[in-house]
Amino acid sequence: MQASAPSLTADNLACRRGERLLFRRLSFRLGAGEARHVMGANGAGKTTLIRAVAGLTTPYAGTVTRDGALALLDERTGLDPDLPLGRALAFWAGIDRVGGLALESCCDRLGLGNLLDVPVRYLSTGQKKRAALARVLGQGAKVWLLDEPLSGLDTASQSLVSALVREHCGGGGIALIASHQPLDVPGMTSFAIEDFAPAEAEEKEQA
Amino acid sequence: MILALLRRDLARFFPFTGSGAALPVVFFVAVAMLFPFAVGPDANLMAKTGGGVVWIAALLAAILPLEKLVARDIELGFFDQLRLRGLAEEAMMAVRLLAHWLSFGPPLLLATFPAAALLKIEGETFRLLLAGLLAGTPGLAAIGLMIAALTASLRAGAALSGLLLIPLALPILIFGAGALARQDAASLGFVGAISLALVAITPFAAGAAIRAAREG
Repeated sequence: MQASAPSLTADNLACRRGERLLFRRLSFRLGAGEARHVMGANGAGKTTLIRAVAGLTTPYAGTVTRDGALALLDERTGLDPDLPLGRALAFWAGIDRVGGLALESCCDRLGLGNLLDVPVRYLSTGQKKRAALARVLGQGAKVWLLDEPLSGLDTASQSLVSALVREHCGGGGIALIASHQPLDVPGMTSFAIEDFAPAEAEEKEQA
Repeated sequence: MILALLRRDLARFFPFTGSGAALPVVFFVAVAMLFPFAVGPDANLMAKTGGGVVWIAALLAAILPLEKLVARDIELGFFDQLRLRGLAEEAMMAVRLLAHWLSFGPPLLLATFPAAALLKIEGETFRLLLAGLLAGTPGLAAIGLMIAALTASLRAGAALSGLLLIPLALPILIFGAGALARQDAASLGFVGAISLALVAITPFAAGAAIRAAREG
């Protein structure tokens, strides 16, 4: 892991889904301790943005610069559905070199303590989301990319997510959060992805 | 990281620990068991054709595990999470190839002993059969993984992969089964060479397929 402060920069980013341009000229810069909330309706391109920033897809135009380890939370847990939750999380803890005690405290924090023997496929939507959050929390990465972290969670868990993001940023971390629900994180700035959608005239030009 | 991944992949795919992973081996022995019932218990006929049947059974058994080889982990976001931790898709696929072969090749070789007994394959023919399968199964595993990765994002991927594997596996089958007919170990060299080439290119082809599936 780098000793330097983490940062996340997008410069003039444009992404397409299929043939359609979703957004363009999107730039932002996040330094240590900063969080940004990406808002937008379903299908506006929030997930596409997160995946491009994560480096999983190549943007249509523009560049992303990442400094610091990344952790990604999206609608897929990354946990083996056949394994008991404890062992599925232990696999990632082993990859991320997280000790058993640290993993245990992450699970307790997210209220998963009594679910560790349950196979992942039997967990409810909210429980799966919390399990994925435990994986992200345990990873200890400086840059968090959270795609719809609140979906499927009850009110108590939603405020827990806000608290986790607050702590993460308080410790010098970065968070980029795509969600259509509000989060209670003081100092968090936000932008709507629709503001970067191409005008109709431009879209015609594209075609 | 590589070792942890290999352990996980092996646990997923290994017979009797993974989910339904013993099926290819059971299928393989079942074919060998049914063949004498279908053509009659003529020892001469069986000694002549038995080796070919074992090869066909091995090829068909290679199709069975393809469905869950790659597609499920893409759906799970598993490869994405590994990518974020800096692991190249090629490395993931190399590990998966090793795990796939270990969970499919050696059990198949063990199952060849009862299968050969059922088909009255003995002596030199049996040795050639065993050596041929040892040389050929890495190639079959490589073709299987390549196809599984390429078809992972297609809706009818599972059905398609079986159709795609058969023509690609023909060279291995021809040289492998041909060695039995001619009692000639030289053509097993070809089987080994084909396998090596396939094993060498598969991580790259499959890795590129995984990346392409993300863009879709």
